[in-house]
Amino acid sequence: MSKSVIETPPKGGFSFDLCKRNEMLSKKGVNPPSFRKTGTTIVGLIFQDGVILGADTRATEGPIVCDKNCEKIHYMAPNIYCCGAGTAADTEAVTDMVSSQLQLHRYHTGRESRVVTALTLLKRHLFNYQGYVSAALVLGGVDVTGPHLHTIYPHGSTDTLPFATMGSGSLAAMAVFESKYREGLTRNEGIELVTEAICSGIFNDLGSGSNVDICVITKGGKEYLRNHLQPNPRTYTSSKGYSFPKKTEVLLTKIIPLKEKVEIIEGGDAMEE
Amino acid sequence: MPKEQANWSPYDNNGGSCVAVAGADYCVIAADTRMSTGYNILTRDYSKICKLADKCVMASSGFQADVKALQKHLAARHLIYQHQHNKQMSCPAMAQLLSNTLYYKRFFPYYSFNVLGGLDNEGKGCVFTYDAVGSYEKVGYSCQGSGSTLIMPFLDNQLKSPSPLLLPAQDAVTPLAEAEAIDLIKTVFASASERDIYTGDKLEIVVINADGIRREYMDLRKD
Repeated sequence: MSKSVIETPPKGGFSFDLCKRNEMLSKKGVNPPSFRKTGTTIVGLIFQDGVILGADTRATEGPIVCDKNCEKIHYMAPNIYCCGAGTAADTEAVTDMVSSQLQLHRYHTGRESRVVTALTLLKRHLFNYQGYVSAALVLGGVDVTGPHLHTIYPHGSTDTLPFATMGSGSLAAMAVFESKYREGLTRNEGIELVTEAICSGIFNDLGSGSNVDICVITKGGKEYLRNHLQPNPRTYTSSKGYSFPKKTEVLLTKIIPLKEKVEIIEGGDAMEE
Repeated sequence: MPKEQANWSPYDNNGGSCVAVAGADYCVIAADTRMSTGYNILTRDYSKICKLADKCVMASSGFQADVKALQKHLAARHLIYQHQHNKQMSCPAMAQLLSNTLYYKRFFPYYSFNVLGGLDNEGKGCVFTYDAVGSYEKVGYSCQGSGSTLIMPFLDNQLKSPSPLLLPAQDAVTPLAEAEAIDLIKTVFASASERDIYTGDKLEIVVINADGIRREYMDLRKD
């Protein structure tokens, strides 16, 4: 009796097939490649007319800054934006994916997307991957039911809050919010408070830095203020500049002919078959 | 039963970068002033540079508690030397002392990455670079610390150290003028602060020449 192996398609969720191999490899000293984390400060708050989201712009690979001006406020829908902290690839991928799903849903229903829809799609996906998709998000938007602000954790839990912070600089930013937040802020007061919270993260957390990005979402529309504040210019540029040799320096040239040069004299006897 | 690993470490890394460049009649030693632990900043105003003798200055990055202990030890030994020999220690002598002090703790090292800079007995600039356990070398320039991997290639490109294998032995001190060397160091730290999260806040520059020792400061990125 022969056994036939039926190839079943993967059911979704995390595939644990390689876990044993990875453990064996790490015991032998072969470590998996490191991820690029955004080591971030992201914030959101609800003000009088809607939601304001803020983020810093530094992306790190361990102790090195790999991007001094990356975009952490991702588009989800015309009325919904999402800030992402954690592994950069994960935040990009998951926000792009849910953004597409929301668009298809808009075509299907003929209505404006709701923030809770995006929330449910994101949390279902993240829970499905049991925390391995390392994305910590601050989701904010305004829909027919009003302004909404949520935080989503990598394992899939969510909170609904009037003001929220995530990322390695979240404690620095939350300290500012807890001191100065109140209900019914005006647009300018809200932007100032968000900027202050992000700056607190930028200057006091080493994982965050560079510039402040802001996104203001109201019933009327949205305003994406890229690089709203740039408090970290380069501190010193040499006036005379530096020159770099255009090619590798030639230290020594030595030509050794491999074969003796042979003179060919035409007009010898023709070859005979 | 597999060997148990300790979950407490006696060491910590407070970050930061140090650079030293030797010239024909001067020596420039520089370090940033940020002290950090993990993702937090402990202080923006901590000097990593210590004057060991009249013409000898050391900059150290790594675990600042060990650095402080090392500086105290060297200062004490220098005082004894002065009592016994009635003169200040020369830079090459201090270099050897530092190496021996570090190797003495070979099996519980000082987590300290040092560069020593100063003028030798003839008044020419000299720089010595160390690892954590005392291996040292006289060089024309060097850098240590978290930003060293970013800074060293640029210094190699601009200061072009001759190969130590060449005969006759060529001197590694740079022909640059003092002002040009300081300009180079400012550029190098501004660039390192852009890409290294542990380097920033303020730059402290110490210049040793025939006139004595002088100190200069420059602002760096604070994020």
